[in-house]
Amino acid sequence: MSIVIVALIFAFLLKEGLSIFWRVPISDFLFARNWYPISDPPQFGILPLIIGSILVTAGAGIISIPIGIASALFIAEIAPRKTKEVLKAGIELLAAIPSVVIGFIGMVTLGPFIKEIFNLSTGLTALSGSITLAFMAMPTIVSIAEDAITAVPRQYREAAIAMGATKWQTTWRIVAYAARPGMVAAVMLGIGRVIGETMAVMMVTGNAALIPHSILQPVRTLTATIAAEMGETVQGGEHYAALFAIGIVLFIITFLINGIADIYLHKAKK
Amino acid sequence: MNTFVIETKHLDLFYDSFQALTDINLNIEEKKITALIGPSGCGKSTLLRVFNRMNDLIDGVRITGDVNVLGDNIFTPETDLIALRQKIGMVFQRPNPFPLSVYENIAFGLKIHRNQSKKEFTDIVKESLKSVILWDDLKDRLDNSALKLSLEQQQRLCIARVLTMKPQIILMDEPCSALDPIATLRIEELMQELKKNYTIVIVTHNMQQAARASDNTAFLYLGELVEYGETKHIYSSPKEKRTEDYLTGRFG
Ligand SMILES: Nc1ncnc2c1ncn2[C@@H]1O[C@H](COP(=O)(O)OP(=O)(O)OP(=O)(O)O)[C@@H](O)[C@H]1O
Ligand SMILES: [Mg+2]
Repeated sequence: MSIVIVALIFAFLLKEGLSIFWRVPISDFLFARNWYPISDPPQFGILPLIIGSILVTAGAGIISIPIGIASALFIAEIAPRKTKEVLKAGIELLAAIPSVVIGFIGMVTLGPFIKEIFNLSTGLTALSGSITLAFMAMPTIVSIAEDAITAVPRQYREAAIAMGATKWQTTWRIVAYAARPGMVAAVMLGIGRVIGETMAVMMVTGNAALIPHSILQPVRTLTATIAAEMGETVQGGEHYAALFAIGIVLFIITFLINGIADIYLHKAKK
Repeated sequence: MNTFVIETKHLDLFYDSFQALTDINLNIEEKKITALIGPSGCGKSTLLRVFNRMNDLIDGVRITGDVNVLGDNIFTPETDLIALRQKIGMVFQRPNPFPLSVYENIAFGLKIHRNQSKKEFTDIVKESLKSVILWDDLKDRLDNSALKLSLEQQQRLCIARVLTMKPQIILMDEPCSALDPIATLRIEELMQELKKNYTIVIVTHNMQQAARASDNTAFLYLGELVEYGETKHIYSSPKEKRTEDYLTGRFG
């Protein structure tokens, strides 16, 4: 059933979006440097948006993956039972905050802060986006990785401890190693959430469709572009089709990432 | 005069308020195989796990009395658990190789405890696989996952893994219960070989196994050490009624 729905969605995206490629060749669409959809003549190059997405996502990954995995290991292996329960509840709470709220908080607190410490003209940058998104990826990464770690059979731990391994050696060399597939899946799903995220990113990245030269410049992501511009387009028009074509690109990326996560989750189950 | 590598005096053990071991006084002889037998739930595993302090992993365990291992009281604040567990290896009921390669399984102990060169690693890995008679089978498969081996091979691997630490005592908790009868006999043969260099304490449910493979037998019942002595005496002329009942299969 869900496969049918997904297939229908994809078909719809194709129907609405493919027409843009009559006018703009695919290679231009993907790699041209300018996104000026309402200038005359319009230019539909999504490269700046792709770079914006990659930059923000990579930044979010660099922040959230180490912290997320370390937290998962701490919660699963080290924390005493009470602490563990409190932390898990905290993570669930974080997961439950709507992303607009996180985005809003990011905009009013993180933005000014980053502006100040890096002495910029605006604090709404790729970095602010990355940090905000890291907060959204973290609950996913922590909870799925924690499950994977907890699922590591107790016998492995016992064997290591009985050989005189310290808690740290056991956790690091055996438990983390055994939980690797699950942790990869956790990371993929966390990053998947980040890529699909729209509102928060729109609020904190500065929303400028330019190719950035550093993480401290404003950017705009693929998702944010769709959300920001869809309201201004004419149904069936070129701009409209171009936004749907962005949707196709996003769909394919998300599909690949979830596919990889799935493969690793299956490995983890074995 | 025999030397004792493990001595317990008035050992009591509680899981919270439940007393699992009561006043155990047991001396284990060096380079002998000592079998711990008794019906399910009588405390065999619990006792075994006292010797390398694996019960520390369980919340709510309380122990009183003295336990000396290789001459040292192991329940002092200064006790070095890491050193203790290097001197006492443990083999578990279900073979539990790490989800690593054969080589990495064996080298684990070396990696965590010593700073030897890779060259020496290779020699020690080879030597310990040889002593469990796995070398010829596995020498071309050292990089394969240990989880792909047969259960018997896995259990041998677990024994080899323990041998790299050069322990003096090896604790085995029903090491053959997951194996078929042929594999069981072969592991017993291996134990006789290991006995030349190591003291072995084995928990078993299998009375034939205890009779065949052990020098001394301790019979536990409801957390008490009922009878302890040479295996052949215990089997031919048990002093206690409860031992006799157990050995003749009247309960358990
Ligand atoms: N972690 C624990 N917490 C509470 N009670 C326990 C725990 N482990 C064991 N016990 C209890 O202690 C007693 C002895 O258990 P133990 O596992 O040592 O028995 P055993 O002789 O090894 O049995 P088996 O032959 O079934 O392995 C049992 O009554 C058991 O229920
Ligand atoms: Mg047991």
